Amino acid sequence: MKLEVNNIQFRYTGNVSEYSGRILYDDFSLTIESGERVGIIAPSGFGKTTLCKLIAGYEKPLAGEILLDGKPVSSYKGYCPVQMIWQHPETVLNPRLRMKHVLEEVGDIPEHVIKGLGIRDEWLNRFPQELSGGELQRFCIARALSPRTRFILADEISTMLDLITQKQIWDFLIEEIRSREAGLIAVSHSPALLERICTRIIDLTKET
Amino acid sequence: MSNEKYPVLEVKGLSISFDQYDGTFTKKDLSTVKNINIRVGEGELVAIVGASGSGKSLLAHAILGILPYNASYKGDLKYMGEELTPERQKELRGSEIVLVPQSVAYLDPLMKTGKQLALGKSARLDGGKTSAKEKISGLFKRYNLPERTSELYPFELSGGMARRILISSAVMENPKLVIADEPTPGLNIEVAKQVISHFREMADDGAGVLLITHDLELALECADRIVVFRDGETIDEVRPADFEKVSTGEDVFMHPYTKELYKSMPKNWEEK
Repeated sequence: MKLEVNNIQFRYTGNVSEYSGRILYDDFSLTIESGERVGIIAPSGFGKTTLCKLIAGYEKPLAGEILLDGKPVSSYKGYCPVQMIWQHPETVLNPRLRMKHVLEEVGDIPEHVIKGLGIRDEWLNRFPQELSGGELQRFCIARALSPRTRFILADEISTMLDLITQKQIWDFLIEEIRSREAGLIAVSHSPALLERICTRIIDLTKET
Repeated sequence: MSNEKYPVLEVKGLSISFDQYDGTFTKKDLSTVKNINIRVGEGELVAIVGASGSGKSLLAHAILGILPYNASYKGDLKYMGEELTPERQKELRGSEIVLVPQSVAYLDPLMKTGKQLALGKSARLDGGKTSAKEKISGLFKRYNLPERTSELYPFELSGGMARRILISSAVMENPKLVIADEPTPGLNIEVAKQVISHFREMADDGAGVLLITHDLELALECADRIVVFRDGETIDEVRPADFEKVSTGEDVFMHPYTKELYKSMPKNWEEK
């Protein structure tokens, strides 16, 4: 499968954030094939998270298109084969859902994913505020790993983890992506980390 | 150990516990910190490294005397050889002892950043706003912040800018003890290294610096000593040079957890 970002243009409107009005992307393109793991590096405030949001369909580009196998990502109904994992897990989980229901919402997460991410049974009955950031992030990764997922967008997913947990989680995730022949776009501040996990690295400051 | 520096801060057997009886749905750990031993000398930069959410920030808050009302601590806290009583903490914090806090939530959301920076104790003593203004624009240059940042409210700052504002506010004073609580997440590697180098400068100018972080890589860049924190206890103390011995396979006396931590740094991952 192929994920294509074709000549997109984007800026935020309104006057609330420091990004307002500034053009973040102008005629930006990127193509990634299944099996590729692409690292994206840029200084803070450059719009790395915005790029993930655009690809995952949370924001609409002003111009250009984002295609998965030639079809716009936004035209896929139901489960989206492009899944984004966010930087701050505590802000993306429904505070009133127990963790087991978070997983049930997806429905078909393989058992080995839950085991592989080190999710313990006793966490399943808890609410999000009863788990630490690192524990929550494991659930967020698990729920993006339905067998229907073709591409993963990982936006600084391991910054809140200690080194040992970071390594465990990436070891698992890379193996999983490799065995499914899925694709990965990973955003990080750490060039050392991207060099370990990616097959190719894009420096946005040199691209745009 | 004969060339030990004069200790600015000594912490012995510190434990922190919470009383929490509010019967809502949340339940907090009652004792997150069990046994912290740490010593920061004059001109020394000591890093305490441990997993996020393991209670490292509480150490900073205990030293400054700003723990939540339902928390209490046991153990010895000494500043400049004398016991740190709540009265001394109140007197010293913000002038001799400063904190670079972890998040933008420590800024006043309703006040422009420039005005907040000018609120520091010494800025007021030094003869008013002009000198504070000069100092602020000097700091902005140093930390690569645009001049207009003064006119922004905290919610208008990016994560990286907010962090640099927090650091500027600590450097407004001339502190003897700087406690930095996770000062670098959200900064890209160049800026993070630059920020860290400013902490190094503060230490080289004679201040004691306690850097609380989960980033071993940055700690290795700048610290004189690294204290490893795990499950509420300080379990090991090493010098950056000791790690070089680990990578060359030389035998070195080190806690297995510390070794594993080092091996888990992305640059040390084994090739697959």
